[in-house]
Amino acid sequence: MTNKTVLHAKHLASGAKMVDFYGWEMPINYGSQIEEHHAVRTNAGMFDVSHMTIVDVQGTDAKAFLRRLVINDVAKLTTPGKALYTGMLNEEGGVIDDLIIYFFSDTNYRLVVNSATREKDLAWMTKQSAGFDLTITERPEFGMIAVQGPEAIAKVATLLTAEESAAVEGMKPFFGVQIGDLFIATTGYTGENGYEIIVPESAAEDFWQKLLDAGVAPCGLGARDTLRLEAGMNLYGLDMDETVSPIAANMAWTIAWEPTDRDFIGRDVLTAQKTAGDQPKLVGLVLEEKGVLRSHQVVVTEFGNGEITSGTFSPTLGHSVALARVPRSVKVGDVVEVEMRKKLVKVTVTKPSFVRNGKKVF
Amino acid sequence: MSNIPTELKYATSHEWVSVAIDGIVTVGITEHAQGLLGDMVFVELPDVDDSISTGDDVAVAESVKAASDIYAPVSGTVVEINEALEDAPELVNSDAFGEGWLFKVKLDDASELDNLLDAEGYANSIDED
Repeated sequence: MTNKTVLHAKHLASGAKMVDFYGWEMPINYGSQIEEHHAVRTNAGMFDVSHMTIVDVQGTDAKAFLRRLVINDVAKLTTPGKALYTGMLNEEGGVIDDLIIYFFSDTNYRLVVNSATREKDLAWMTKQSAGFDLTITERPEFGMIAVQGPEAIAKVATLLTAEESAAVEGMKPFFGVQIGDLFIATTGYTGENGYEIIVPESAAEDFWQKLLDAGVAPCGLGARDTLRLEAGMNLYGLDMDETVSPIAANMAWTIAWEPTDRDFIGRDVLTAQKTAGDQPKLVGLVLEEKGVLRSHQVVVTEFGNGEITSGTFSPTLGHSVALARVPRSVKVGDVVEVEMRKKLVKVTVTKPSFVRNGKKVF
Repeated sequence: MSNIPTELKYATSHEWVSVAIDGIVTVGITEHAQGLLGDMVFVELPDVDDSISTGDDVAVAESVKAASDIYAPVSGTVVEINEALEDAPELVNSDAFGEGWLFKVKLDDASELDNLLDAEGYANSIDED
């Protein structure tokens, strides 16, 4: 059975081409994904991300539970609304999912996890919560709209009440605030400024329409993927999964090693991997000539083979870029080869980030 | 279907072929094909003077989504390529049957055109996809 978001009819009204995305019927584009991509880099675009899974974790032990569940440390969160990007591992140190955790108080957190991994995430969290005094509550009764781009914040401002505007005024990156019916967060998946806004289902269509009227371009999953890849942000299922260590997925920065007595799931495995220093790493690849790097292409290096985890044509840069998992000895600036359509093509290794705030960053 | 011009001939692999003028036909990919591929980012064309045979993979349409081979719908010699596609591959998306043409071929054998589908035949073939 196919799920539809509360904005489904709005997508059809805007001429969306719909595709199946892990059981959800979602817009892939509204005509041209490249034009949608440019709208986000130069102006403002919006994405229906209502398929994503919102989970509230509340109760006396919420903090202790999350300090065990994820590799980053929620004890770092002390300002209400502050958010944290991190990963949830299995006992073998593989990534079950990546997620954002919003802190409201030591007994009240909101998690946003991937829709494709919804069932296993909820099952894992429920299993791990045994013995903790808390509730895990999925919140499917909301729509979620990401508004992204250099003009996104200004355009959203035209829709807000004075009270709502005051609540988001000067909000730093990676914060969220509940104001009336809206939860407004300075997060995103594009490398641009903007908001991710959680709205009650009953208000979602109206909110989307007002954004359309304000000149925000509707953007589909196609543009979402090229934007996140340019920004060097991982996509679960491609760039990492349950067989991949966060150390091999450019997620080491989301691991809080201190304090050393925090016993998070997977800690022993990660510690051993860190000591051994033998995990591969995620890098960027840049192809300046014709052709497009694609997932699963083999990367040939003097230290052994690697693999492209996601690749695309970068509309902002005008050539192809990719994320690839390669042996740790490969360095930024090295030239390596990718097997493309039976030919070996030279590509340059970069840090896994290509575009931020509309500008090339490598 | 309205977006399959009746004056053209078609291959089941989604190439179109114009009426021959002085033994020369123009070749492109169909509106249906460009829609399946999505935004075009590179088009690799054969070289002028290349000799091509029906069914050869002679060009590549690379879109954001995938790289897709384009097959010669007829045999002959390439006499011209659409150089505008070098800087504007999106012409294939915006005008698949017009400015997004790929290359022109001087036919070895004009009767080969009879083996291609007419608009109705092509419409039926994509219904079966």
